[in-house]
Amino acid sequence: MNKLLVSPSPHLHSDLSTKRLMRDVVIALLPAIAVSVVFYGWKELLVLAVSVLSCVCIEYLITKYMLKRPGTVGDLSAVVTGLLLAMNLPSTTPWWVVFMGALFAIGVTKMTFGGLGQNVFNPAIAGRVFLLVSFPTYMTRWEMPKGLFGVDAVSGATPLGAIKEGLLQGASVPDIMSAGGYSYGSMLFANLGGSAGEISAIALLIGFVYLLVRKVIKPHITLSIWGTVALVSLIFWLCDPSRFTNPLFNLLTGGMILGSCFMATDYVTSPMTEKGGILFGVGIGFITLMIRYFGSYPEGMSFAILIMNAFVPLINNWFHHKKYGRA
Amino acid sequence: MSKRTFSIGGIHPHDSKISRECAIETLPVPPVVYVSVSQHIGAPAKPVVAVGDKVKAGQVVAEPGGFVSAFIHSPVSGTVKSVGPRKDLSGNNQNTIEIAVEGDEWVEGVDLSPEIVTGFPDDNSVIMDKIRQGGIVGLGGATFPTQVKLAPPPGKKCEMLIINGCECEPYLTCNYRYMLERAEQVVIGTAIIKQVLGVGKATIAIEDNKPEDIAHMEKVVAGLAASSAKYAGISVMAMQTKYPEGGEKQLIDAVMHRQVRSGGLPIDVGAVVQNVATAFAVYEAVQKNKPLVSNTMTVTGDCLPVQHNYEVRIGTPISYIIEKAGGLPEAAAKVISGGPMMGKAVSNLDAATVKGTSGILILTEEQTRRAPETHCIRCGKCSDACPMGLEPFLLFRLTKADMVPELEDNAAQDCIECGCCLYSCPAHLPLLDIIRTGKQQVMGVIRARAAAAKAAAEAAKASQVAK
Repeated sequence: MNKLLVSPSPHLHSDLSTKRLMRDVVIALLPAIAVSVVFYGWKELLVLAVSVLSCVCIEYLITKYMLKRPGTVGDLSAVVTGLLLAMNLPSTTPWWVVFMGALFAIGVTKMTFGGLGQNVFNPAIAGRVFLLVSFPTYMTRWEMPKGLFGVDAVSGATPLGAIKEGLLQGASVPDIMSAGGYSYGSMLFANLGGSAGEISAIALLIGFVYLLVRKVIKPHITLSIWGTVALVSLIFWLCDPSRFTNPLFNLLTGGMILGSCFMATDYVTSPMTEKGGILFGVGIGFITLMIRYFGSYPEGMSFAILIMNAFVPLINNWFHHKKYGRA
Repeated sequence: MSKRTFSIGGIHPHDSKISRECAIETLPVPPVVYVSVSQHIGAPAKPVVAVGDKVKAGQVVAEPGGFVSAFIHSPVSGTVKSVGPRKDLSGNNQNTIEIAVEGDEWVEGVDLSPEIVTGFPDDNSVIMDKIRQGGIVGLGGATFPTQVKLAPPPGKKCEMLIINGCECEPYLTCNYRYMLERAEQVVIGTAIIKQVLGVGKATIAIEDNKPEDIAHMEKVVAGLAASSAKYAGISVMAMQTKYPEGGEKQLIDAVMHRQVRSGGLPIDVGAVVQNVATAFAVYEAVQKNKPLVSNTMTVTGDCLPVQHNYEVRIGTPISYIIEKAGGLPEAAAKVISGGPMMGKAVSNLDAATVKGTSGILILTEEQTRRAPETHCIRCGKCSDACPMGLEPFLLFRLTKADMVPELEDNAAQDCIECGCCLYSCPAHLPLLDIIRTGKQQVMGVIRARAAAAKAAAEAAKASQVAK
């Protein structure tokens, strides 16, 4: 007779696994990666490859030789961190700078806290901010998209950088916009200087919709960020359109789409409840705009996400799920 | 209109109702039955037969051992071979009466004809007595003695009777068959329970993955309502297919938009919930004088060549049922009594069925294998799935850290052990396995506190009297 298995219920499990969730995130990033490679060429591929390889190798080495516990690279979370980090960097970033970013993202932000699930800050964003503060020259040297086989590299400012620069020189927002030739169409599709993650809003949104359809993430954090950015910038823009950029501009530029769809929605570093997530999103949207409008950096998405990451344990303490039969 | 459902959590496992087209077959009576005296929630029944006694089917073999307890009848005719401890399907010893089967002779007064009796007595005490004497217990899983549930405590009034035909557990189809093949009996049983409770409204709740049931039950309800005023006020409600729709608390929320408070009873919000199989058993006891000596169970599994819905005498060994169903396949790795979400893994195939057995499910190793545990990624899928609105990831950690007061603050005692959290976890954490132990610790603390409070109150009363 067969030997029977005896274990507590439930006896079935869904086909969900961490690996499947991470694989879905990688798939969701593919359209944006494809667009950036087409526009920035092999340099972008190099940045992506160095970043992913570094993240995976660093995690493998740390788990094997420092923590001496089973490897976790199979869950693909290091691949996701590597891709996101690369998408936050200019395509001109030297390989050793990319490696430093990966070392900080995985080695410091993720593994010192205990690995996947234990980190307080989003590793990719922490890696990017580390590089931005440590190597500002490499991190602000953007290249205009020139196509896969283009030769002449055109060095240019990102729209947000141009606005910040122009305002300091006393120009008004509409003048800078027309001087730079920025159109919403180019922001939506792909034609502006920036990192891979800034280049095409549409490609990122396709990935975001894929994640929603696959039920990997829920839309509340992202929508809350967008809503806050739209509302707050609308108020400022109506007050003084020559000094403040309008809602659509703020939604389509910088790391707004990448950050709100792929980084702020990171399970580990975002609140567990929907209400908490909405507050988290309001915080990110508000802080981002304050940095864009009044800070010394042209873009504030990364800082905003990191700051709100720090509040997540507190938010989780405040907001709990609605329990059945309890007021 | 969108279909009704409960407001918090829930999951959508594949319903796997592969045995739905199998009509109920009567399983031959086995050569020996083993009748446990602990087939219900509450005190075990007390055996009233001795070794060597001749018994007939339907004869009382054990009497209630307390207020919350039930009569137990011989499911067969034959000779009592032994009375004593025997291992149940989890391997625990239960006081069990062994009866060797001889023929199939029934006690007098039991109506075995297939004829449907629609008229029932106006006198509720007659009905209640028949339900009590019939040994009826809730067949939805909890096996709570029905006569106790039908007598609400003073001051509590029932406003709605809910007949649970959701059958939200994957694989199980016996309720589905009941509502197709025994619809009249179920509706008559519903009307009887409704009259006993003195309630104007009864709702038969059926998940919308059973449209044939919904249509058939609506037709039968309309037909009986036209025949007699006693059948007025019964309606059929289609529910969204979502697990655990048939959980008592979830069903009350779905049907009445009311929630039973923690530690409370359904009657606190004016609800009484009974399973369709219980309604059928009530019909049999009241209309046919037939006590609860058999029940219907689904015998199923993807590895079985043929699926079955069997009517089985209580006390039939599981090994006998599996043998009749074609034997245990080579690929079988786990035999479950009940459904895959809340059923119990059987460790002992010689164990016999009890009143509450609703199915025998056979799974392969591949189907039931648990993937290795990885790290919590705080995705919150367990909280989103929990139909009680709990935070399983938190209860899991609190239990591991042995933080009992915090477990109580976070409502570990409210866990209904439905398994939604463990089912959904992408890190394959054994959430419910661990939370169960935490819940038991909290329940122990709550019981100890209640006992201490009672003792203190009695001591205060005694000192009052002494003064």
